Amino acid sequence: MMAVFIKELLDNFRDRRVILNTLVIGPMIGPVIFVVLIAFIASQATERMESTLKLPVAGAEHAPGLISFLERSGVDIQPPPDDPEEAIRREDEEVILRIGPDFADAWESGRPAPLEIIADLSRRYTDTSISRVRAYLNGYSQQIGQTRLQLRGVHPDITRALNPTITDLSTPESRGGMLLAFLPYFILITVFMGSMHMAIDTTAGERERKSLEPLLINPLPRWQIMAGKLGATTFFALATLALALVAFVIAMGFLPAAELNMTLNLDFRIAALAFVLVAPAALLAAALLTILASFAKSFREAQSYMGLVVIIPMIPSFWIMVDPSRAETWMTLVPLLSQSVLILELVRGEAISLAWYGLSIASTGLLALLLAAIAGTLYNRPRLIFTSG
Amino acid sequence: MIEAHNLRKTFNRGRVVAVDNVSFTARDGEITGLLGPNGAGKTTTLRMLYTLLRPDSGDMSIDGINPQTQPLAIKQAMGVVPDSRGLYDRLTARENIRYYGRLHGLPRAVINARIDELVGVLDMHDFINRRTDGFSQGQRVKVAIARALIHDPRTILLDEPTNGLDVMTTRALREFLRQLRQQGHCVVLSTHIMQEVAALCDRIVIISDGRVAAEGAADELLARSGKSNLEDAFVKLIGSAEGLLA
Repeated sequence: MMAVFIKELLDNFRDRRVILNTLVIGPMIGPVIFVVLIAFIASQATERMESTLKLPVAGAEHAPGLISFLERSGVDIQPPPDDPEEAIRREDEEVILRIGPDFADAWESGRPAPLEIIADLSRRYTDTSISRVRAYLNGYSQQIGQTRLQLRGVHPDITRALNPTITDLSTPESRGGMLLAFLPYFILITVFMGSMHMAIDTTAGERERKSLEPLLINPLPRWQIMAGKLGATTFFALATLALALVAFVIAMGFLPAAELNMTLNLDFRIAALAFVLVAPAALLAAALLTILASFAKSFREAQSYMGLVVIIPMIPSFWIMVDPSRAETWMTLVPLLSQSVLILELVRGEAISLAWYGLSIASTGLLALLLAAIAGTLYNRPRLIFTSG
Repeated sequence: MIEAHNLRKTFNRGRVVAVDNVSFTARDGEITGLLGPNGAGKTTTLRMLYTLLRPDSGDMSIDGINPQTQPLAIKQAMGVVPDSRGLYDRLTARENIRYYGRLHGLPRAVINARIDELVGVLDMHDFINRRTDGFSQGQRVKVAIARALIHDPRTILLDEPTNGLDVMTTRALREFLRQLRQQGHCVVLSTHIMQEVAALCDRIVIISDGRVAAEGAADELLARSGKSNLEDAFVKLIGSAEGLLA
């Protein structure tokens, strides 16, 4: 068994392409994409909040008071495009304010004065600009309304039946966690990427090279041969996972956390806990991919199956995105979902009960061992041994 | 010594009969040739002997060991050069052979001594430390033979050993097999080339359509068929010349 393990490692370490793909690009790609993405989103959000709002206004001449209020508030009033609707559709402008000719009449007679915010609400990036425009307009509307009431001798507070305030209990860590919703995916995918090549090479590759038949003639129970191969594949998965976690910790240092006003709780201690947490999933991935690859006759055929499999670790992350509820005990029993949920709790800085760790590791480990046991029986089927006949 | 009795093997739930009824004996100190056209059932017969396939019926024993009940003991007792001789391209010839030695559980010192011996016998000095990527057919066969014999087995099975080899390499290989016979090994080889059995084998088992068409030494087969040369004898015994005149 050890002989198979050592040989598979030596064999694959000789292949520079494999090493580069599995142990360098594999662990790097997650953190790099992730950090670049987050940094981009963060800088965009701050940029939109802090930059001057440029607002094209059509019919500005109908509401000189409003315009001067906006200008005093720091809004850069711009001349309107010829066709405001078209400009929004072409994405030349994010938001345009249109003041109709009936504005002045309504204003004079004290009726609510109509104006129009033109925007495409399906474009998420315009959200910030639209809400800023709304906030300015509401501010002006309130200011004028209060003045009017005061002129009539009514205290303005009479219009405010409710005074809701929000007490934000989110910690900086938990806000960071929201941003990190896809971190579990990037971590889980590494064990799949790390084991993919080895799983194929040790099974379908062995068949394609026609070295499987001579290998099985050696006086070794077949499950032991499979166990050696599985061990080597799991080793690669774990190595990739460890490297990826280290890369993540380093990459987090480059995130503008201060700018985001949140702490990203991913230091080496958390990374070590995450490693322990995901380790059973490495065996799970290795066993699953090995079983699939064993049925393939060639490298190419096996690779075509693998494309589908890498979607599996995505499912829990989508689940969490769609239903971002609290971690519950049943979740820790579902392999892959449990890792996703618990990694999120970890980076949110929440205390996790040992029982949850135990359940996650035990349930995933159990499924992994089951799959490994199935893999161990595969070479008892002649159909999976011979290249032909 | 190998004894096989009434071996039968079918595929696809009995629809394809690969080996119908094969019995033969291969003795120590002799080279036994399984001769037959492609698809006659030679490889399937050998695969049953080296335990990768289970026969539907019939029984066999190698040095008194039953492959079906003691597969690991059989694999220890036998050296097999199968039809597919896949080597690991990223490993050197020496590493390929050493891997099999370790799979047999041999100690390091024994493996190294045995490799040195085989390098001498098979003349592998030039390429033993090179990666097998880009090896010629002849070099590949030598490595495959060396790794099959790393544990110095008494019984040796070779499936089409001279396939794809040039004349010189074939001659060297035959010489090597004769040495094994000299040392008292039981050598069984399958082939579809009758010159090979004629040149090499003490006993010939002619397999055709999954059955043994004839068995015996070369002159016995001549006598039985009433022909004056082996070629005509084979054709007569099999009933057609198909696949044998390659």
